[in-house]
Amino acid sequence: MDLTTFLQQLINGASLGSMYALIAIGYTMVYGVLRLINFAHGDIMMVGAFFTFMATAAGLPFTLAVLLGILGSVIVGVLTDKIAYKPLREAPKISLLITAIGISFFLENLFNVIFGGVPKAFSAPDYLTKIFHLGDVYLPITVIIIPIVTVAILSGVLWVLYRTKYGMAIRALAFDIPTVKLMGIDADRIITLVFALGSALAAVGGIFYAVSYPSIDPLMGVIVGLKAFAAAVLGGIGSVTGAVIGGFILGFTEIFVVALFPELGGYKDAFAFFFLILVLLFRPTGIMGEDLERSRF
Amino acid sequence: MSAALLEVRNVTMKFGGVTAIDNLSFKVPEGSTYGLIGPNGAGKTTIFNNITGNYIPTEGSIIFDGEDITGTRPNKVVAKGIARTFQNIRLFKSMSVLQNVLIGFHDQIHYNYFEAIFRLPRYHGYERRIKVEAMGILEEFGLAEYADNEATALSYGNQRKVEIARALATKPKLLLLDEPAAGMNPIETEDLSNIIRKIKEDYDLTVLLIEHDMKFVNAMCDTVTVLDYGEKIFEGRPADAIVDPKVVAAYLGDFTHA
Repeated sequence: MDLTTFLQQLINGASLGSMYALIAIGYTMVYGVLRLINFAHGDIMMVGAFFTFMATAAGLPFTLAVLLGILGSVIVGVLTDKIAYKPLREAPKISLLITAIGISFFLENLFNVIFGGVPKAFSAPDYLTKIFHLGDVYLPITVIIIPIVTVAILSGVLWVLYRTKYGMAIRALAFDIPTVKLMGIDADRIITLVFALGSALAAVGGIFYAVSYPSIDPLMGVIVGLKAFAAAVLGGIGSVTGAVIGGFILGFTEIFVVALFPELGGYKDAFAFFFLILVLLFRPTGIMGEDLERSRF
Repeated sequence: MSAALLEVRNVTMKFGGVTAIDNLSFKVPEGSTYGLIGPNGAGKTTIFNNITGNYIPTEGSIIFDGEDITGTRPNKVVAKGIARTFQNIRLFKSMSVLQNVLIGFHDQIHYNYFEAIFRLPRYHGYERRIKVEAMGILEEFGLAEYADNEATALSYGNQRKVEIARALATKPKLLLLDEPAAGMNPIETEDLSNIIRKIKEDYDLTVLLIEHDMKFVNAMCDTVTVLDYGEKIFEGRPADAIVDPKVVAAYLGDFTHA
């Protein structure tokens, strides 16, 4: 692999990894506070892309459409929690998990009924479809913008999580919900915040996806969502930094394996799950996860 | 005799067919240290849970500071000025001692998301202020040097103190301590008594505590209520409790060598 190809793939990997990272955070945060693998999370990403699509189709400027897409995801994400998960707070975790799968099917089919299953072309504004040529490196502008925006968003999220009272409450909630309430904290509001934040990030990931590929369909969240979930487990489920690291590792690996072994291209989607299996076999807590690790001694 | 800060009025708590608390009433005067004692399973922790809103009493009411707070949600009860600690320590794992105490300030911090993300002056102002306050509380407990240590890595006795420090951060008027001296050696217990007396003075607290260590109860409490099977069998001075025949019977004579 020459340097040009390497740089090309590095940038592509960063871009793909950004999307996984953005979506993986939602999985890991919800798991952190509710011990729930929110299987509907991938579909929340799809919802964000569709809302943006609808807004642009209605002729709204792209920036506004993006904001509406994020808002749409946030509303659906928060409602999912209020309607489907909240009544099950005291129920066995398996009930919650099955409900999440149900919500996932519901959202997929709802959008299928409304929009049909045929992929729709997602029209991004001209300034997002520009392509630069740096020597032989081929750079669609999105590939540059996505990692930059992602890093900016992630630094904001990490700041909120580690340096503000909201983040402190979220992290405390991960350990002990009743005790958090006894600190005078409205636990339900913090859980809502977690869903809102996770959904907003997923929407951004979904919009990036839609702009990059550029088509959307009601099932677009399934594979991407599962891969982002694998990224979250790889990084250590429950750890936000871990989710980010996992997302980028997965993005880079996927791109580089295909670049180095083009004959394996057809198995592209399998790598994430191969990784997932390896992690579960050799380091079930992931890269940054610690809980299990600690309980060993 | 000062007015009652807390009044438990005819509280009955049933779990299915089991009556954990049976028509219990008592008043905790403002500024006092009040003890709840009784054999295991007598319903002491249940009444704590009734007061903090974790359980809603089946019958009866909880009056705090002249206001009926029966059925108020736990986080609202805290806002009214009641804080508690637990029988089994419940600190936030993988957070430092200081962070554990800072959590208690949550409701006293008034910056919004925008101010937090863009680190505006209000954000910095609040964060700095609560850090100073939290360190002040930790100093009072002699824990300042452990501020950055992971809370659950501290000794058992110190973890109990962190829990009390965290409760204080919520600015309570009434502090509920569930077996604060459990698992402590006599020196640690003595140390704890001194700290409780001191913070009571400094923070103008009323204390309601559950305890088995009768020496500790005797030294600390003005009044005790003895519970047995959810019923009050004695109320009065701790010294009188240990010679009361009903109390002695409840404990099957355990008191004689306590």
